[in-house]
Amino acid sequence: MSATDTPASLPAPHTAQRSPWGEVLHSLSRSGTFLTGLFILLFWVVCALFGQHFVPYDPLASDIINALTPPAADHWFGTDQLGRDVFSRVIVGSRDILTVAPLATILATIAGTALGLVIGYFRGIVDDIVSRVLEAFMAIPVVIIALLAIVALGTSKITVIVVIGLSFAPIIARTVRSAVLAERELDYVAAAKLRHEGALHTMFVEILPNVIPPILVETTVRLGYAIFAVATLSFMGFGIQPPSPDWGLSISSNYGMIGGGFWWTVLFDALAIASLVIGVNLVADGVHGAFND
Amino acid sequence: MTEPGQAANALELKDLSVAYRVGRRNRAVLRNVNLTIKAGEAYGLVGESGCGKSTVALSVVRYLPRNGSITGGSIALDGKDVMKLDAEALRRARADSVSMVYQDPGKALNPSLRIGRQLTEIFELTGVTGQAAQDKALAMLNRVRISDPASVMQRYPHQLSGGMQQRVAIAMALANDPSMLILDEPTTGLDATVEAEVLDLIGQLRRELSASILFISHNLAVVSNMCDRVGVLYAGMLVEEGSTKDVFNDPRHPYTVALLRCLPRGGQRKDQGRLDTIPGFLPGIGATIAGCAFADRCALATERCRAEPPPLYELGDGRLSRCHYHDKAQSLPRATPAEIAAAAPKQAPPVLQVEGLNKTYASHGRPLRAVKDVSVSLRPGETLGLVGESGSGKTTFARLLLGLIAPDDGGSIELEGKQLAPRLASRSEDQVKAVQIVFQNPDSALNRSHSIRHILSRALKRLGGLSGKTLDTRLEELVRSVRLTDRHLAVKPRQLSGGLKQRVAIARAFAGDPRIVVCDEPTSALDVSVQAAILNLLADLQSRQDVSYIFISHDLGVVRYLSDKIAVLYLGRIMEFGPSEAVFSGPHHPYTEALLSAVPKLDRTESLRIRLDGEIPSAANPPTGCVFHTRCPRKIGAICETQEPELTEVQPGHTIRCHIPYAELAKLQKPKTMETA
Ligand SMILES: Nc1ncnc2c1ncn2[C@@H]1O[C@H](COP(=O)(O)OP(=O)(O)OP(=O)(O)O)[C@@H](O)[C@H]1O
Ligand code: SF4
Ligand code: SF4
Ligand SMILES: [Mg+2]
Repeated sequence: MSATDTPASLPAPHTAQRSPWGEVLHSLSRSGTFLTGLFILLFWVVCALFGQHFVPYDPLASDIINALTPPAADHWFGTDQLGRDVFSRVIVGSRDILTVAPLATILATIAGTALGLVIGYFRGIVDDIVSRVLEAFMAIPVVIIALLAIVALGTSKITVIVVIGLSFAPIIARTVRSAVLAERELDYVAAAKLRHEGALHTMFVEILPNVIPPILVETTVRLGYAIFAVATLSFMGFGIQPPSPDWGLSISSNYGMIGGGFWWTVLFDALAIASLVIGVNLVADGVHGAFND
Repeated sequence: MTEPGQAANALELKDLSVAYRVGRRNRAVLRNVNLTIKAGEAYGLVGESGCGKSTVALSVVRYLPRNGSITGGSIALDGKDVMKLDAEALRRARADSVSMVYQDPGKALNPSLRIGRQLTEIFELTGVTGQAAQDKALAMLNRVRISDPASVMQRYPHQLSGGMQQRVAIAMALANDPSMLILDEPTTGLDATVEAEVLDLIGQLRRELSASILFISHNLAVVSNMCDRVGVLYAGMLVEEGSTKDVFNDPRHPYTVALLRCLPRGGQRKDQGRLDTIPGFLPGIGATIAGCAFADRCALATERCRAEPPPLYELGDGRLSRCHYHDKAQSLPRATPAEIAAAAPKQAPPVLQVEGLNKTYASHGRPLRAVKDVSVSLRPGETLGLVGESGSGKTTFARLLLGLIAPDDGGSIELEGKQLAPRLASRSEDQVKAVQIVFQNPDSALNRSHSIRHILSRALKRLGGLSGKTLDTRLEELVRSVRLTDRHLAVKPRQLSGGLKQRVAIARAFAGDPRIVVCDEPTSALDVSVQAAILNLLADLQSRQDVSYIFISHDLGVVRYLSDKIAVLYLGRIMEFGPSEAVFSGPHHPYTEALLSAVPKLDRTESLRIRLDGEIPSAANPPTGCVFHTRCPRKIGAICETQEPELTEVQPGHTIRCHIPYAELAKLQKPKTMETA
């Protein structure tokens, strides 16, 4: 045994260095895009959670006498045709969309990740068949799938979550698959085979942690689309149901009134949707940037 | 162009200091480097990875990365101060007088453009257009002696082999007829024989062009063959300089002495003693250095060394050494004792017996015989070295043994007398743990998301069948056996250096007490000092545990150090197989002979060098008769083209596949002494 090649002469690991995740957090904390998006998103999350308690009026209480009053000091955003306070409705209206869209995205991520891991890992015929099916599936617009599903299952939040979740899953699966295809060529996967590890262990314990970054990026991007999809479905009457003060729903029941000059019944809900989508997209951009530089 | 002997030096660095900005601090990478390259001279720069070699090269052309800056000193190219040039003048200087070739030829070439287009573009920049540019491009390819230049012009980079790509990259670098050519590790990514060819080419071009050359390499032997003078860089400082012959034969700095001792030289073998190593590590960038930068790793260091930075002492004959005790440098004590316990000669029955192993791939509908009819046997505690150019089937053979790919029907692999199933999935747990591998690239081999503890515990659990307390105890032993410590367990692979990562990979392979460990180029990504430590470790583990190695490396000195038997592969066939000493000392197969003579030697004893012409033929379309006939320097006639020679036993245990009788080979090869570096 050698005298100098002892453990003591080997260098200590570089623990002072930031870990890759620390690096990502650090770059997120310095990204204006991400912080702006996060600010907008957090604003709506707070509204969804606590808006109920701080809004000036009950968003559901009608007051026919004061119907359709334009924005003024006592009703900042005016009132709608039932005399309900638009400001209170916009604030509380974030609640359903911020439940349904994230849940749908999480479902899409879980299903898509599992599917992507399997087809990327096994490749071959499984991949060929499943990939074709997914491609065909992705060619159909979400709204059409949703309509068919809702006709079959009836409207409910659960249906909306399942429909949006499953129609986004293939997109996430595609992202995961291409990341897995690159990972499985690395030698640590061969090393796992040389320990007779099962496919499940190799996929979920060995490969999955290394493909988290692209999954996170894709998930935040999908969240933006999910918000948009939920709003669209609600607008069409297939999403969130009355009497919820949901934005899409409100726009759909009031947009006939723009012609009459009652713009405030629609504008603020539309702005709310836009701001939430923009906020999420800014977050997504920031996350993408943090993982890719 | 500058005539040799003219006043202006091709390159002059005066007190050059460069820093990289990391975490809001400027960290010194080069410290007052003084270096002069005369017109027409070839200057070699050597040193461990991270000592700043590439930074020197990048500074000269002012191509430093964004966070790099020149913090002091001056750079003069052909007498012109590079720092004073404005953007336009700098562009002109780069276009007209300096060219750079990098380690990875892929980087210099645009993957989406045909070679012809990329080359003519360079001439078009200088004002030559149309057919004239085409002609010049073709002439350039001829100049770098590429085979069939007209067809190369039509191809895309990925359709060329690594060696051909590097030739094209050199052609591009020469297109502007530079007066200064900077080569940063130009052959590191290439096979030994391709490397030899490219080096020959650079040598010939040097004579034709009279360009000055800055040649950067971590391979001391390569530098010794290419360069007139050499500089040794350590922690961003020049620590020794002199004529190549002087520095390598009579080093005057302990660092140079130590570097040279890390290499297995003159056919050194594992049973003759361990390699020397350099303890410790290069100071990180930006480190404050009070006395001598090498003091922490230098066995000759005294109080004076730690307090007083040594100047560059002038030793006469243009020799410089940055050591207070330069006259005693060669008395540097060994860092690793050479002595080892004498091993008992092995007489046990073979642990591995491979008979008639074949692997055929389909390539564009044609069968491609990646491994053809390979038979070898190996005893416990022995190493089988696999040698051959890239594409000769070394890795395929290793993967067949491991069961990662399935062989064709017919052959057999026996482990300790028992048949091994061709597929990994059908092998028993015992058989799986008995054959393991250390991969070339630890970054790919170790899961970057897992801690070292997780990686090794999992291996102990699956391969060693351990759990709970016994696992923890064994983990500690295992970690100690590869000379790591507990504190290395908690971290992730990226927090370890290349050498430490490779130790983890070795520990993982040894987790289940393997009988055979495949080592696929385990040290080719490492510095010589780290390589020496890893080779010592492998040799120690082998002598203690009686494990057998299948050792693949393109470095024949390294293969020779560790191997008891050698199999020389060419186009998937064994050309020669036998005891290491017999294969290396000869008489040997003409292919082995060519491989051995392609190895650059430190002592520059250029014996008659045998060169292999052209590229290795495609395995999908192997030559008729003896597959080596298209390149064989000793081909005897038509019989070589029509009839495939048998693998014949020329001495007990030593087989050769050649039509030339053994006695004749002995006569032909006699005049030369075939010693590897
Ligand atoms: N852009 C950069 N920012 C910060 N540090 C850097 C940068 N580029 C290189 N370094 C560090 O500067 C030191 C010198 O690097 P350099 O690439 O010049 O070394 P080298 O001798 O060429 O090494 P090798 O043999 O590995 O090519 C190393 O510690 C390296 O990690
Ligand atoms: S100056 Fe001292 S520490 Fe530095 S190399 Fe010379 S003997 Fe070693
Ligand atoms: S058989 Fe002929 S071509 Fe083949 S190695 Fe021998 S001499 Fe060369
Ligand atoms: Mg370098």
